[in-house]
Amino acid sequence: MTDFVDTNALAYSGRALQPARQAELTRRWGWWYQAEWRLIGMKAYWSSAVGTALLTPVLYLIAMGVGLGTLVDAGSGGVGGVPYLTFVAPGLLVSTVVMSAGSELTFPVMDGFKWSKLYFARSATAASALQVSIGELVAVGVRFLGEAVIFWLVLIVAGVVGFGSWPMVLVAALAGLSFGAPLMAYAATLEEEGFQFSLVQRFVIAPMFLFAGTFFPLESMPLYLQWIGWISPMWHGTQIARMLAYGMPLPWWMVLLHLLFLVAVLVVGAVLAIRFFTRRLAR
Amino acid sequence: MPVIEARELTKIYGEVRAVDQISFEVAPGESFGLLGPNGAGKSTTMRMIGGTSLRTSGTLLVNGLDPEVNGPEVRANLGVVPQQDNLDNELRARENLVMYGRYFGLPYSYLRPKAEELLQFAQLTEKAAEKVDNLSGGMKRRLTIARALINEPRVLLLDEPTTGLDPQARHILWDRLFRLKEQGVTLIVTTHFMDEAEQLCDRLIVMDHGRIVAGGSPAELIRQYSTREVLELRFGSERNASLVDQLRDFGRLEVLPDRVLVYTEDGEAALEAVRHRGLVPVTSLVRRSSLEDVFLRLTGRSLID
Repeated sequence: MTDFVDTNALAYSGRALQPARQAELTRRWGWWYQAEWRLIGMKAYWSSAVGTALLTPVLYLIAMGVGLGTLVDAGSGGVGGVPYLTFVAPGLLVSTVVMSAGSELTFPVMDGFKWSKLYFARSATAASALQVSIGELVAVGVRFLGEAVIFWLVLIVAGVVGFGSWPMVLVAALAGLSFGAPLMAYAATLEEEGFQFSLVQRFVIAPMFLFAGTFFPLESMPLYLQWIGWISPMWHGTQIARMLAYGMPLPWWMVLLHLLFLVAVLVVGAVLAIRFFTRRLAR
Repeated sequence: MPVIEARELTKIYGEVRAVDQISFEVAPGESFGLLGPNGAGKSTTMRMIGGTSLRTSGTLLVNGLDPEVNGPEVRANLGVVPQQDNLDNELRARENLVMYGRYFGLPYSYLRPKAEELLQFAQLTEKAAEKVDNLSGGMKRRLTIARALINEPRVLLLDEPTTGLDPQARHILWDRLFRLKEQGVTLIVTTHFMDEAEQLCDRLIVMDHGRIVAGGSPAELIRQYSTREVLELRFGSERNASLVDQLRDFGRLEVLPDRVLVYTEDGEAALEAVRHRGLVPVTSLVRRSSLEDVFLRLTGRSLID
């Protein structure tokens, strides 16, 4: 216990930026510092995330292509004039990304407020609550992009889609954030244990996956059930992805409408998240 | 210019006046304490200084800036050690320092060597690559303090810095804080340990129920609110209270469940007189007055229940 460093140099080495400069940089880049931390934190489960991202599309391809696809194609000659696998693949890509919002923006958010309290550690730095919430969305957006790219590459290798369909990767990440931002806002309001998240899983995510047009066209459902698709980022993303993947006919104004919906929900969710984060970190 | 300037600072949560019109100043380089029991409003005051709790009324300037308006500028000058360690348990000790430093806009080229120095200062060099989960309580506390120093702040806010640590770990920590103070870092410490306040603080305010009940240096407070010495008598829990009447004329008394405190200028003489009266305590102790006695005098309660 004798090897002390020079505490004089420790307190003021003169190497650190001036506080005013620290504040200036953080006002501009605080959101990115948060994203950087979250992305580096993801390395804890990076390999399992990549493994899952690879395995999921492979399993889907086998089940939907070899299994269900064969049956559907034999029975009705595919969906909308294309083989079932071609129809279902873009939807699966989008829904896989959207569903991972259910894990990335629920418990980690609760952890930041309640268990590890890391958000409170962040709010003691030069960064603001607004930047912390935006940074979380940016980091998760990057993770979604990675997940979508891997899924898409598997589809390429399997010959299900062509290279020209690459923008569907962006659409999937957008749909993921569009569902994720309001979910994060909701998670930020929860003070107690996260049992609500399993309700979200069961009564929001699962019905969305089953009924929002991933496995069959939304129009084939009775009208009184179609609203599930209309309010689901999953369906709006899937429609655009289908157009990109195999040229499903979609008028330009419908594309615009789908995109507007996704962006609008993302913006509303982000604004709410900022508000709830701020309320909780500075009360 | 004072580092902290609080005027009529008030924080109300619903019906509770957590901080009730307190005013104080802290000079640069000073080591300033907020002493009081749990729930006295110390932590809330600390959070208002960092701008992470919004005041209900009053004014507050930190280095001349309002933390609610200039949060980033104020916090770039502060190192915050919260009551509960909120380290990133998934990251290694070294990464915790570096990643935290990023939130002050500091580049990796500065942070990497700085983190090594801080790890050495916190005696954690050998634990640098260890996950935080695997560190002891004292190590985590030292890492939290090292983390607060990453941006070379002029002011360090320490909320209950040694609560939950064993005596040896506390002394190591006090030594580290003392070194920082010697280098001109302003320390603002909340504590409910009087020995900690006596060790660390040049000046302190005693808080209770959100209000300041007294202020001054530890020696001044003791001089003003207590006697030079204290005689502690234990007659056994049954008899403590019943003997009080026979001790009244010795001066001020405090009757605690387990002992009677006699406030006197000369403890040995008082003990002699007690014995002379035929009262035989099971144990007795003569000691100098401490801040604990000051607090007892001011509030009628002990600091630690």
